[in-house]
Amino acid sequence: MQTASCLFEIAVFAPLIGFLTAGMGGRIIGDALSQALTIILMLIASVAAIGALMIEGQVGMVTALVPVADWIQAGNFHVAWGLRMDALSVSIVAMVCVVSTLVHIYSTGYMAHETMPRFRFFSYLSLFTFAMLMLVTSNDLLQLFFGWEGVGLASYLLIGYWYTRPSAAAAAIKAFVVNRVADLFFLVGIALLYVEFGTVTYDDIFAMVPAHMNDVYHLFGAHRAMEVICMLLFIGAMGKSAQLFLHTWLPDAMEGPTPVSALIHAATMVTAGVFLMARMSPLVEFAPMTRDFIILIGGTTCFFAATVGLVQPDIKRTIAYSTCSQLGYMFVAVGVGAYQAAMFHLTTHAFFKALLFLGAGCVIHAVHDEQDMFRMGGLWRKIPLTYVCMWIGSLALAGIFPFAGYWSKDAILDAAWMSPAALGRYGWTMGCVTAFLTALYSWRLIFLVFHGKPRDAHLHEGAHESPISMTGPVIVLGFGAVLGGILLAPHYIGKDQVAFWNGAIANAPGNNIIEMMEHAPGFISLVPSIAAVGGILIAYVCYILQPAIPGAMARALRPLYLFLLNKWYFDELYDLILIRPYKALARVLWKDVDEGVVEGIPEGLARMTVASAGQAVRIQTGSIAVYAFTMLIGLVVLLSTMLFAH
Amino acid sequence: MNWTLALPEIVLAISGLAILVFGVVQKKENPFFSCSMLAMAAFFVTGVLVLFTPDGVGYNRIFVNDDFARFMKILSLCGAFLATMMTVGYAREMEVAKFEFPVLILFSTLGTMMMASSGNLMTLFVGLELSSLAIYILCAFARDQVRAAEAGLKYFVLGSLASGLLLYGIALVYGFAGTLEYGGLQTAVAGTAALPTGLMIGIVFMLVGLSFKLSAVPFHMWTPDVYQGSPSSVTAYMAGAPKIAAFAVLLRVMIGPFGHMTDQWRLLIELVSIASMLFGSIAAIAQTDIKRLMAYSSIGHMGYAMMGMAAATPEGTRGTLIYLVTYLFMNVGAFAGIVAMRRKGFAMTRISDLAGLGKTAPGMAAAMAIFMFSMAGAPPLAGFFGKLMVFYAAINAHLYVLAAIGVLSSIIGAYYYVRIVKVMFFDTAEAAFDRPPVSLSFISVGMGLVTCLFVVAFGPVSTAAQAAAQALLR
Repeated sequence: MQTASCLFEIAVFAPLIGFLTAGMGGRIIGDALSQALTIILMLIASVAAIGALMIEGQVGMVTALVPVADWIQAGNFHVAWGLRMDALSVSIVAMVCVVSTLVHIYSTGYMAHETMPRFRFFSYLSLFTFAMLMLVTSNDLLQLFFGWEGVGLASYLLIGYWYTRPSAAAAAIKAFVVNRVADLFFLVGIALLYVEFGTVTYDDIFAMVPAHMNDVYHLFGAHRAMEVICMLLFIGAMGKSAQLFLHTWLPDAMEGPTPVSALIHAATMVTAGVFLMARMSPLVEFAPMTRDFIILIGGTTCFFAATVGLVQPDIKRTIAYSTCSQLGYMFVAVGVGAYQAAMFHLTTHAFFKALLFLGAGCVIHAVHDEQDMFRMGGLWRKIPLTYVCMWIGSLALAGIFPFAGYWSKDAILDAAWMSPAALGRYGWTMGCVTAFLTALYSWRLIFLVFHGKPRDAHLHEGAHESPISMTGPVIVLGFGAVLGGILLAPHYIGKDQVAFWNGAIANAPGNNIIEMMEHAPGFISLVPSIAAVGGILIAYVCYILQPAIPGAMARALRPLYLFLLNKWYFDELYDLILIRPYKALARVLWKDVDEGVVEGIPEGLARMTVASAGQAVRIQTGSIAVYAFTMLIGLVVLLSTMLFAH
Repeated sequence: MNWTLALPEIVLAISGLAILVFGVVQKKENPFFSCSMLAMAAFFVTGVLVLFTPDGVGYNRIFVNDDFARFMKILSLCGAFLATMMTVGYAREMEVAKFEFPVLILFSTLGTMMMASSGNLMTLFVGLELSSLAIYILCAFARDQVRAAEAGLKYFVLGSLASGLLLYGIALVYGFAGTLEYGGLQTAVAGTAALPTGLMIGIVFMLVGLSFKLSAVPFHMWTPDVYQGSPSSVTAYMAGAPKIAAFAVLLRVMIGPFGHMTDQWRLLIELVSIASMLFGSIAAIAQTDIKRLMAYSSIGHMGYAMMGMAAATPEGTRGTLIYLVTYLFMNVGAFAGIVAMRRKGFAMTRISDLAGLGKTAPGMAAAMAIFMFSMAGAPPLAGFFGKLMVFYAAINAHLYVLAAIGVLSSIIGAYYYVRIVKVMFFDTAEAAFDRPPVSLSFISVGMGLVTCLFVVAFGPVSTAAQAAAQALLR
């Protein structure tokens, strides 16, 4: 056990050391050394994390706390800085470390021709990893929030890595601001939780859940406090996990370098919301209304993102929307109470999404930073390795047996079907439709990029396979995408799940959804797979057999096409109802209130004082008669005051 | 009768006469320097004697000695000592370098001491006139300069008017009570249910006469002209000891005999205080001459000091006394800097002459900056504590309007004080001033230390002021 905590500490703090050394000393030690150092530290962290997972697995995933330091001691409010070890944190730490290491290695190849300082990039990557590890290893909501904000900061820095590009800077700010909106709710949620429970430490909160079951909180009418808290926490999660209404930052985040996208979408950042819900499962279990809301948002996001993904011309944006969509699945699982399934999908998704992004990066690298799929085509002979990996990733994403996604996605859909929740069937329907759409846009991507005739001969000519530093990580992830599901399924959701989670995820006494989903009707279990295969076939017809069909459809259904192409006009809507009024208000406050009133009053007062000084000395004429007269006036005034006041 | 009560005054008077004789018979060289040193010695000896005189009332109840009198006398003597010291260094070049100068300061100081110890309205008046007459001469001391002559004449004419008003007030009060003695007055006022109008008018006249000496608005008009026209060292003296003495009698009369009429006179003090603070702050902004600026500054300071008096509580009196202590020292320090503003022997008084002092004479500039910040009331300098105590007393006496206006005017005041600092450190340098004599540097450094380290002396000063304030009520 001692070894496990020791390894765990190494896994968490090695990225921090990497960040500090590369970040502070990068200018001195240079790009190459910073790069090597962060990668070595990430490798150490990965080995340590896997070691910790192994040992924890052997001792039965007991919950343990590795104390690090005291943080806040104010009155009877104590917050310690510690690393919580249980199935949830140990498994995610291992996943994050491995994916992050692969991304680090991949970046050496991808960023090789970069002119901006690379030490900065690598130190940010390590910071990103460390922040995520802080988030998942937290033992209380405060530390979780620290990691939560750290992730937000690192994402801002990385999305805006090419800060000289206006679009990248704008995307970074957008990500930061949208997340800040959600974080406000999250913070209020934490505060409310503290007010209700008097603590922010997980174990204390969870122990007190029964006592506060029926607390009422008054906000626009009486609500159960539990519902309000969970709703606020979920809105926080919606921001990080890019759920509908707060998703707009995610596609724009593609402005960052591709390895960053892989990291954001696979291991760090977007999964934080799902993790939060799983971590707070003992609370969420007792907020049925919130859970229905989660299903609604999750299912809708799932469908929305997939439809948008169908028409995007940009290879990275297509994959970005698929992440959005897959996160919707995870929230559907959370909503029906199958947190284990959500975590399972999170893990498998990490592998195949990292694979897809890194593969897309190889494609982009091959065609010299071209991202428009309509200018590619016929690349499979040029870059066969990437081609195979993209196939594997897409099969996993579409949920084709026996690839990773099949296991986790089917589990979620079965759970949704079997769930007694009111909206369970809605989640299932949306999930199945999306399964079809997912396969359709995945193979649209593959067919457009790799098959058919080269649309741009020049690009096609110059295409070449990426160096081993890039293909290596892709291949490793490929194994994960193939085997991840089948290997992990028994532990995450299968027969060993109770022993594996060992209380890290709580199901309420009446909630046996994990067991029930095993008994889903056979036909129902088959629907997603059928839908996926259908999607692949349609894609084959549309993009290989009859390439004219998509264009004809786009022309025939032009309004719908534009609606999808413009992402359901969310950006335009927000611009209209939020950004413009806000800017107008800011302008008024700046020009009129600040420059006018706030500066004007003191300046006016100062001018008035100086002017009155000029007036005041005018009576100072030098004439004795005036002086004596003034004295007499003063005498009369004082006399009158004295006599009339009494 | 205990004649030792007035021993310091007797010693000072005899010393004054002796120095005068010495100055007249001394023929070989200009006796200015030696007479100044003798006067300073006399101040010192008198100061020591003041500390050891017993409490009591003597000389047919016209002379009082108590903690309050001692406190005020020590302050007066300090002011006189420092003002004399300021002139010493210029023995040969200054227009005031005649041996009568220190003697006049000495007699004026004697007058202020009499005022502080007055037990009778007539003692008050005689002390005031002794002090004032000496100052009239001092103002016009550089009699070949038109400005100085004008200043002396102006002060004399207006001062006579004020003395007349004061005397008229005293007469009215006598008409009411039949006595000039404070104790008798107090009994008479306390024993009368409905106060006659004549008494009230008398009090107002006395208040006006004393306000003139304080240069409180609207009886301040002489101040800028006289301050500017008089030699700088005379101005330094005038801004110190006489003001302290005027406050001494004002407090002694108003808190003592007329202490039962607080509700009647408080409003007048408030009005004068408000007018002084506001006018002092605002009018100073327009000044280009540093001595005129200091005149308005002292008008403002008198307003703040009166704020404590308006509270009419022992706490308020203590605040006023502490304010006067801080005012005296930072004011002397600032004037030491002004006296040192000389180029090729000629006195410079424009504010713009100070430009670049931070480069040409950093030590002097730093000292001036300290005095300016202190006068603006910036913590932890001396001026802050004075303001703190009077504001505190005003708030505790529920004089919120007065305190609010005080805060407001001290903000405005900060503008012109800090402007001087700005001129010294940020404007382009002019030619350097003459090297100041050691005595001036000594005063600058000494007062700078007092101003900076007042926080250390605050406890003892506060205790002494508290004792003095209590003594007034007995």
